[in-house]
Amino acid sequence: MFGKLTLDAVPWDQPIIMGTGVVVALGGLAVLGLITYFGKWKYLWTEWLTSVDHKKIGVMYFILGIVMLLRGFADAIMMRTQQAMAANDAAGYLPPHHYDQIFTAHGTIMIFFVATPFILGLMNVVTPLQIGARDVAFPFVNSLGLWLSVMGGALVMISMWVGDFSATGWVAYPPLSELKFSPTTGVDYYIWALELSGLGTTLAGVNFIVTILRMRAPGMKLMMMPVFTWTALITNILIVAVFPVLTVTLALLGLDRTLGMHFFTNERGGNAMMYINLIWVWGHPEVYILILPLFGAFSEIIPTFSSKPLFGYTSMVYATCAIGLLSFFVYLHHFFTMGSGANVNAFFGIMTTIISIPTGVKLFNWLFTMYRGRIRFHSATLWTIGFMITFAVGGMTGVLLAVPGADFVLHNSLFLVAHFHNVIIGGVVFGSFAGMTFWFPKVFGFTLNEFWGKVSFWCWLVGYWLAFTPLYILGFKGMARRMNHYDHADWQPYLLVALVGACFIGAGILSTLIQLAVSIRDRKKNRDLTGDPWDARSLEWSTASPTPFYNYAHVPQITSIEQHWEDKQTGRAGVMPATFEDIHMPRNTGAGLIMSVFGFLLCFSIVWHMWLFAAAGLLGMIGTFLARAYNRDIDYYVPAATVERMEAERHALLQKAA
Amino acid sequence: MTSKLWRRGRMGLLPLIASAALSGCARAHFELLEPAGDIGAQERSLILLSLGIMLCVVIPVIILTLVFAWRYRASNTRATYAPNWSHSNAIEAVVWSIPCVIVLFLAVLVWNTTHKLDPYRPLDSKVKPVRVEVIAMNWKWLFIYPDYGIATVNQLPIPTNTPINFMITSDGIMNSFFIPQLGSQVYAMAGMQTQLHLIANKPGSYAGLSSAFSGPGFSDMHFQAVAMSPDKFAAWTRRARSAPAALDGSSLAQLERPSIKVPPATYGRLSPGLFEGIVNQFMAGRMSQTALMTATPPCAPNGHASRRVD
Repeated sequence: MFGKLTLDAVPWDQPIIMGTGVVVALGGLAVLGLITYFGKWKYLWTEWLTSVDHKKIGVMYFILGIVMLLRGFADAIMMRTQQAMAANDAAGYLPPHHYDQIFTAHGTIMIFFVATPFILGLMNVVTPLQIGARDVAFPFVNSLGLWLSVMGGALVMISMWVGDFSATGWVAYPPLSELKFSPTTGVDYYIWALELSGLGTTLAGVNFIVTILRMRAPGMKLMMMPVFTWTALITNILIVAVFPVLTVTLALLGLDRTLGMHFFTNERGGNAMMYINLIWVWGHPEVYILILPLFGAFSEIIPTFSSKPLFGYTSMVYATCAIGLLSFFVYLHHFFTMGSGANVNAFFGIMTTIISIPTGVKLFNWLFTMYRGRIRFHSATLWTIGFMITFAVGGMTGVLLAVPGADFVLHNSLFLVAHFHNVIIGGVVFGSFAGMTFWFPKVFGFTLNEFWGKVSFWCWLVGYWLAFTPLYILGFKGMARRMNHYDHADWQPYLLVALVGACFIGAGILSTLIQLAVSIRDRKKNRDLTGDPWDARSLEWSTASPTPFYNYAHVPQITSIEQHWEDKQTGRAGVMPATFEDIHMPRNTGAGLIMSVFGFLLCFSIVWHMWLFAAAGLLGMIGTFLARAYNRDIDYYVPAATVERMEAERHALLQKAA
Repeated sequence: MTSKLWRRGRMGLLPLIASAALSGCARAHFELLEPAGDIGAQERSLILLSLGIMLCVVIPVIILTLVFAWRYRASNTRATYAPNWSHSNAIEAVVWSIPCVIVLFLAVLVWNTTHKLDPYRPLDSKVKPVRVEVIAMNWKWLFIYPDYGIATVNQLPIPTNTPINFMITSDGIMNSFFIPQLGSQVYAMAGMQTQLHLIANKPGSYAGLSSAFSGPGFSDMHFQAVAMSPDKFAAWTRRARSAPAALDGSSLAQLERPSIKVPPATYGRLSPGLFEGIVNQFMAGRMSQTALMTATPPCAPNGHASRRVD
């Protein structure tokens, strides 16, 4: 009944893991106890866990991202410590089996459970507001997608205490990831965690494409959409195009491992090169999926804090589309050294250099948005400037790696590791924090503490450069990635500096947590009454902060790319409408959460070959879905009187602020 | 086994190589910038040239970012403020054409160098190449010298100024065969054969490694490539042929067992067709090994007879 699962699956003898387990368990108990003590269970269930409000779902994606960032960072600092210690073939403190799981978990978590939730969180909060919609097209599916991602993350986390995690690297190349070479449940955890969260991401992609294409306010033509919405559209098209590839590829690997098939094995005609191609068919568009929404966020932040429209809107849109299209034609640059012919390598190398053209144009456009502006150095501005400088270097090293002749010696080295951290930290992470700072008041009604925001920025900026410049250099010294120990004594000083850098990054993360705590404490002082704390430009700043659950009392009429700015110029902003109407809204539902819990049961049971439980999980998912599908009571109308009362309160606050 | 044993093994087996290693040159500081062979030297130039071209744009962009941010700070009211300016055809033309020009230049560079540095392309040289069959095993490297009937583990003596034609495969897990100071790396994959052509122009001892993660013993999967003059190499092959150990079915089975920090070893005799046997080990039942070997020559000198992976 319990398949392969026995009590021996818990690593009782590992002090680090069991210690962490105790801390996490105590922390969890404390949280549960506090919720009970304050009697907040009902509030939590009705206002958050069952919510289909896109803003709350966005916030919960961010919470997921931040929690998993702590885990991913713990992995990072452990790796840095190990490598700083393990010179001259010293063993360090992490044996290979443990160390290999840590770097695999670090990559998996940071991509799927930190970066992806951050961009999905931002798109959830911002996109419907920017297009004047009251929610996304499929609010229940949105909730389902969130909880599937959460359960995927939970599966990765539980692998730490029940069994082990994959020790193959974050893309799990076969044949190493096949049963023959990885006989434990680690790779199964990896596969099924990503199947769950990947399904969630695919659903989000479908949802946002429909939302953006079908639910824009009247008057908003495609070429009048704010740039963030444009980047969200392209990102979601990429998601829908490539996440199914990931899902199928991992399913095939799962079939190899679970049912003894031979898609990617050495034996019986399996072909590992097929997996490597497929995983990067997903994997390269994935990096643009991650970065494009942040390009969008920067494109909103720079004009706002420069008090000037975005330079070259049309260019920006075309550049975004070009990046989306080209991102499908570059994936082979991840394995130039697999033995492809020179024509093939040269084609993919040239395509990769071409993709830097639209990216470069974007950088220039942000630059000329600042030109002749009045730049306010808010922490969101600092993140943006830090991004522009850091990302320019990361883009350059990326193009260098796209030159096959250079990649032949830089591939799989720490130079490569430094490159992708350069663009992911400098782009995705800086952008997520910039976006969080920028749009936080829109959701919560108060601004974030500036002092701790700036401390966080400087820690991250200094930390990034200290941690990864040495890795760039070590790439030239011939150090491969993923080494547990090494016999070159002269690598050690660089790795010590990198460890110091990682500590700075840790201080940056801590500052963000302090920033959140201090801001919540001072929320009355930092209250934003206007709904437009930054003197911003796009539509979302025209409604109240915090945004009412229905977003807009009246569906706005769009006449400008910078609707709110135009309204402010023409005196139409903040005018109380004369009449109100009933508003059609979706009802909250627990179906997404319940389906995902069954999904967790299903995947956990497959990992351990507990077929009875797996069947129960699958039936539970299907049953919940059917119950939801036959439920006709899924929406309601907010009476006009309620809307009028809420809007009157808001306009009273506006008067007070003015 | 400890690293001490590893070192003793090298000294004991190959005093000549050890002295070459010590006298040749001290360990490089920046391997990729101090290449010891022509391929590595071309790749170094390519890296520096590409970086140089790109820095022509990246440095001005970084400087402009800082200058604009400072000059147009809100408190500097003397700077021009153009609150509605958001378009300029002239600037748009410039910002699209600068990256286009750079990329055009890079594209030509990529096309030419990718063909010139194609790991499968035999090197232009009057000297007859030395063939080496490379087998990645858990977690050690087996090198077979088919022309000399000898094999080594975790050490790769090669003659200088002589093209080395590597045929590469893996016994199980994927690895990447890489000697940073000599240049390109290529994957070692089970059931497949890849090729790599390198040359060492300077005598010395160069670190070699697997750069593709291959499991728990990965970090110890390194070896020394020792380049020596052709005369010394010839002397080494003669001595190696008198080594008592033979590489046959049973010693191969011994090697195939997972192990780490295996001391360098030399085998004076070879059973025929070992490399092909490993490449074709997963083809059992389709074609017998001997039939396969007679169907295609094991490896022709120019390497064209063997199948490419593309």
